[in-house]
Amino acid sequence: MPDHDTAVWLSKSYGLVYLVALSLGVLLYVYWPANRKRFDQAAESIIRYEDRPWR
Amino acid sequence: MQVVADVIAQFTGAERRGAFFIALATALLGLAMAVTGNGDSFGAHGALVLAASIITIFCLIRSFDKPEPSSERLQSYYDEPTKAGIVLAMAWAVLGLFVGDWVAWLLVYPDLTFDAAWASFGRIRPVHTTGVIFGFGGNALIATSFYVLQRTTRARLPDQLSPWFVLWGYNLFCVIAVTGYLMGVTQSKEYAEPEWYADIWLVVVWVTYFAIYLRTLVRRKEPHIYVANWYYMAFILVVAILHIVNNLAVPISFGSAKSYSAFSGVQDAMTQWWYGHNAVAFFLTAGFLGMMYYYLPKRAGRPIYSYRMSIISFWGITFFYMWAGSHHLHYTALPQWVQSLGMTFSVMLLVPSWASAGNALLTLNGAWDKVRDDATLRFMMVAAVFYGLSTFEGSFMAIRSVNSLSHYTDWTIGHVHAGALGWVAMITFGAIYASVPWLWKTRGMYSARLVEAHFWLAVAGTVIYVFAMWNSGIIQGLMWRTYTEGGTLAYTFTDSLVAMRPYYMARAIGGLFFLIGALIGCYNIWMTIRMARVSATNTAADLQDAPVAALQPGE
Ligand code: HEM
Ligand code: HEM
Repeated sequence: MPDHDTAVWLSKSYGLVYLVALSLGVLLYVYWPANRKRFDQAAESIIRYEDRPWR
Repeated sequence: MQVVADVIAQFTGAERRGAFFIALATALLGLAMAVTGNGDSFGAHGALVLAASIITIFCLIRSFDKPEPSSERLQSYYDEPTKAGIVLAMAWAVLGLFVGDWVAWLLVYPDLTFDAAWASFGRIRPVHTTGVIFGFGGNALIATSFYVLQRTTRARLPDQLSPWFVLWGYNLFCVIAVTGYLMGVTQSKEYAEPEWYADIWLVVVWVTYFAIYLRTLVRRKEPHIYVANWYYMAFILVVAILHIVNNLAVPISFGSAKSYSAFSGVQDAMTQWWYGHNAVAFFLTAGFLGMMYYYLPKRAGRPIYSYRMSIISFWGITFFYMWAGSHHLHYTALPQWVQSLGMTFSVMLLVPSWASAGNALLTLNGAWDKVRDDATLRFMMVAAVFYGLSTFEGSFMAIRSVNSLSHYTDWTIGHVHAGALGWVAMITFGAIYASVPWLWKTRGMYSARLVEAHFWLAVAGTVIYVFAMWNSGIIQGLMWRTYTEGGTLAYTFTDSLVAMRPYYMARAIGGLFFLIGALIGCYNIWMTIRMARVSATNTAADLQDAPVAALQPGE
């Protein structure tokens, strides 16, 4: 069984990298300029009234 | 009965046969349980499964040779399971709230148990929590998720059998759970009380549910998946993981309801509260956020204020919540650093939580006239406010020194119900009032004034409940930690109970308001459905008359 020190070491090294990398990844995705149009469209898409499947 | 027959008439031949074989298999399973568990509550549950399966088989056979549906059905969304889910959610709401209020009165009048084991506090309390969370909340989530999934992907559900299997199986699970508690069947894990056989069954149902989601998504129109689906999917996926891990157990035999958990001691406690808190996070929060991100903008007629923020909150919530469970175990045998970890993540959680609450309220900014006039939208607005409030409170209570005052007291109960009544139930009622007219194709609810009445009863009930518990909780906490000059406790436990009594009374009255509101909602929904039926038969009659009228000139 891993002991307390290993767990602390793991969370302070890889855990921290994981947290920071995930946050950066999400922020990049969200603010990537090319995604802007797609997000705006998605937000608008539910307001339109199209009450049948597309195919 | 007619409703069931109509549903089966819509099934294709293969779906009818599939349904038949599933029901046959569960019937056999029920029979086996009833035989091996004869004399045990396991056997009683076997009989219940058998009965449910036989009724289903009976319904299927009656409609078996109806003509197959035309392919025209594929031109529209498949909303029948959503309709049934909404009705079931309201039925469970009435049961769960009624039992909740019963529990509340029981705390005022502890003699109300009539000396019967099934009516003791320890048994009816989980009937309340399971009834409201899984019965009411779960059915509402399943129903709305099918609705939202189809609208946002613009794809029809992949088939007609699996959604019904999910709904039927899920409600069977809830019934097994609730009847089990009354017989004394429990694993003693809060929000995971049902025993091993019910747990295995739920896994089967849940995997089917997730598969429906994926199978619909692959047929979607737009490449981008609308954010509400992310929340619904996180809810389904994470609940599956939590459920499986926390319920790992070994039954004492295959003919008995009793099992022993795979975990023990502090590991057991940590696993349970990792589960428990994420049940709050992914069942009571993520799923209902999915609901909010669809119904609130839709009802307000405005796109969500910031789509980007909704994605950031999504990842924040899914990431942070996973680590917060240990705040339920402050000052226990759990290592201090695990407690600190849970506390830190809980405080950080405030950021994505408020981002969602703020996003919802900013969406309404500029549409306040609609909020004023439309009680349905107002339900959703109040839900967002209580969501912000209860997450703020939660982050605060997770701080170890604050928790030393709040833990074990009614403050926790107040926090729970600020979230449960103010957020979960309010957003659900809002979503239901919005969907019922859309689903049954009426111009609106039967009575807008009854929606208004329900709204005010719900708000009054919640405010009374929450304030009563805040007061009693803090008084309780302070009484337990007040010392005399001699260094002994100033109050006995009984003293604190006596001090609680007026607040318990107030809470029970607040709960009654809330229950009456839900009953009014049921009546209103029922009348709307009837209204839809009447107008449907009228148009059918008109259509029959029409050709006759057209013939007349030629006669
Ligand atoms: C009529 C409205 C309601 C009343 C009167 C009511 C009453 C109660 C009572 C008396 C308890 C036990 C408190 C104790 O042990 O001291 C309780 C617990 C609980 N209720 Fe409710 N309740 C209501 C609605 C709801 C709803 C709608 C939900 C969820 C959606 C909910 C979720 C819970 C949960 C999770 C607990 C357990 C709390 C804990 O262990 O900390 N309740 N409720
Ligand atoms: C940022 C969000 C939140 C945080 C950090 C948080 C934190 C907490 C804390 C510290 C407790 C007390 C634990 C104890 O002393 O035993 C608690 C209990 C609870 N919270 Fe929250 N909370 C949050 C949001 C919510 C929401 C939105 C809901 C509901 C819909 C909710 C439902 C509950 C329930 C049911 C319990 C009682 C668990 C039990 O003891 O049975 N929480 N929460």
